[in-house]
Amino acid sequence: MKFMRLIVAGFRRKKIRTVLTLLSIAVAFILFGLLAAIRQALSQGVDVAGADRLVVRHKVSIIQQLPGSYEADMEQIDGVSDATHSSWFGGIYQEPANFFPQFPVQPEEYLAMYPEFLLPEDQKQEWFRTRTAAVAGRATAERFGWSVGDKIPIQATAWTRNGGQKLWDFDLVGIYDGAEQGTDTTQFLFHYDYFDEARDFGQGSVGWYIVRVAEPDDAVRIATAIDGEFANSPAETKAETEGAFVQGFADQIGNIGAIIQAIVGAVFFTILLVAGNTMAQSVRERTGEFAVLKAVGFTDTHVLSLVLMEALAVAALGGFVGLGISWFIISLGDPTGGLLPIFYFPRKDMAVGVGLVIALGLLTGLLPALQARQLRIADALRRL
Amino acid sequence: MSDNGSLVSVRDATKTFRRGSEEIRVLERLDLDVPEGEFLALMGPSGSGKSTLLNLIAGLDRPTDGSVTVAGERIDRLSRTKLAAWRARHVGLVFQFYNLLPVLTAERNVELPLLLTHLSRAQRKKHVDTALGVVGLTHRKGHYPRTLSGGEQQRVGIARGIVTDPTLLLADEPTGDLDRKSGDEILELLTALNREHNKTIVMVTHDPHAARRATRVLHMSEGKLSQEAAE
Repeated sequence: MKFMRLIVAGFRRKKIRTVLTLLSIAVAFILFGLLAAIRQALSQGVDVAGADRLVVRHKVSIIQQLPGSYEADMEQIDGVSDATHSSWFGGIYQEPANFFPQFPVQPEEYLAMYPEFLLPEDQKQEWFRTRTAAVAGRATAERFGWSVGDKIPIQATAWTRNGGQKLWDFDLVGIYDGAEQGTDTTQFLFHYDYFDEARDFGQGSVGWYIVRVAEPDDAVRIATAIDGEFANSPAETKAETEGAFVQGFADQIGNIGAIIQAIVGAVFFTILLVAGNTMAQSVRERTGEFAVLKAVGFTDTHVLSLVLMEALAVAALGGFVGLGISWFIISLGDPTGGLLPIFYFPRKDMAVGVGLVIALGLLTGLLPALQARQLRIADALRRL
Repeated sequence: MSDNGSLVSVRDATKTFRRGSEEIRVLERLDLDVPEGEFLALMGPSGSGKSTLLNLIAGLDRPTDGSVTVAGERIDRLSRTKLAAWRARHVGLVFQFYNLLPVLTAERNVELPLLLTHLSRAQRKKHVDTALGVVGLTHRKGHYPRTLSGGEQQRVGIARGIVTDPTLLLADEPTGDLDRKSGDEILELLTALNREHNKTIVMVTHDPHAARRATRVLHMSEGKLSQEAAE
């Protein structure tokens, strides 16, 4: 601790250089945090997908509808404990830019399937009771300033009703929260029965099924069994785990993880060179000072530790400021206004960030520290 | 103490350096004894080996051959780590260009050798105040080196050299970068440290005027002590 003053004093030596180095490190870590959140968002929460849930869609494409009768058939398959369905509505609220997902569902089955959607009991009962009722996730409700009791008009893009009408009116009776950090709270959910009766076409069909399996380890066998059940029918299925389903969506954009890792890798390699060069230059300029420290009794290990601690302090200051700023920006929520419903700084990436801070400090300080350690006092003093 | 009662005893010391394929012999089988309480001046032209000899006595370098004993300890045999600890305990160094850390105030510069001790913060402060008091710079303790004159910076350097109450004070051209008036003040201070505090001092200098302050003057030439003159 008594050497801390010596380390901190080093920062004041070349203030502009110190500030610029800290800024470059901070910017790298801001970028790291934001990219981690974007990767998480684009993978649509693969990590938080239920391990015991399968998604069953039409074998050709998710936009092809499946018969509503499949639910009962699937529930008969050994290992399936529950099943429900959902469909894509794709309506517009006020203007097309106000995107958020809307799904007609069976309320009781859906909430049972997704226990991570937390809805107060009275709101839940009201939703079950009222056919035109809908519930919205907290993020969407806050985005549009909705509160319980509001009428929400949604304009259909495909699902017209009652002979061509585009407008659907819903009574907002509840706002749900997420039980986990990554739970999607942008959804707008309403009664499938209301939707199915009123729509102009496609009665009795659904978009996809969600199936709960009793044993997650049995998921692959059950998925195969489901697909086998409907093989050679007019609407063959493709069943997969929810995680694989979500990953499939993410992969449509590309290998996001690899792309982001490449960007982060390039940024950190550059920062490593910048900060490493700065540190090496700083130590070179202080050859005489290190010689004096050794002359008054500092050991080689003392000097090595001082340089390493200084490099770690620079990396920690810049890195933690950067991580803090990125955390703050991310905590403000989805910057796209709805395109990235799951937008948060994953804990594991935060831990990776802390690890990178330490690695950066050690890597940038190691070589200069070894040079300072090897310094021969008499030679260095002679050069002064 | 060495066998003959000297505080510093250099025996048969040879020091060679390599410059490319050429071997340069800087010290040639040199013997030197410095009794406790002496103020010794080493004079000689540039390249005569006086700073090299000072470095050997300070434990900053090792002889290629021969031995260096200070206060009874063969310092040429100590490991780098033990030698560093030995320096911290026994040696105070004063440099020609002061060599203060520019980012630390005068008192923090003086405190540096004490960071290696187990003294508490309050104890360190007390020692620093005492050392700065001895050199007459208590009122400038919060100043950074760039705001001090050359003479004041050298006094801070001396305070750093004496703050641990070392066995030996070694000064390499302590007045070499100062005007006559400031130089005289520094020499006055070194004389006082020798006479009043019984500090053993070895000073390297070019300046006969500075050397006259010493209790003994030795001349070096081509790596040998060629002349001894009592003042």
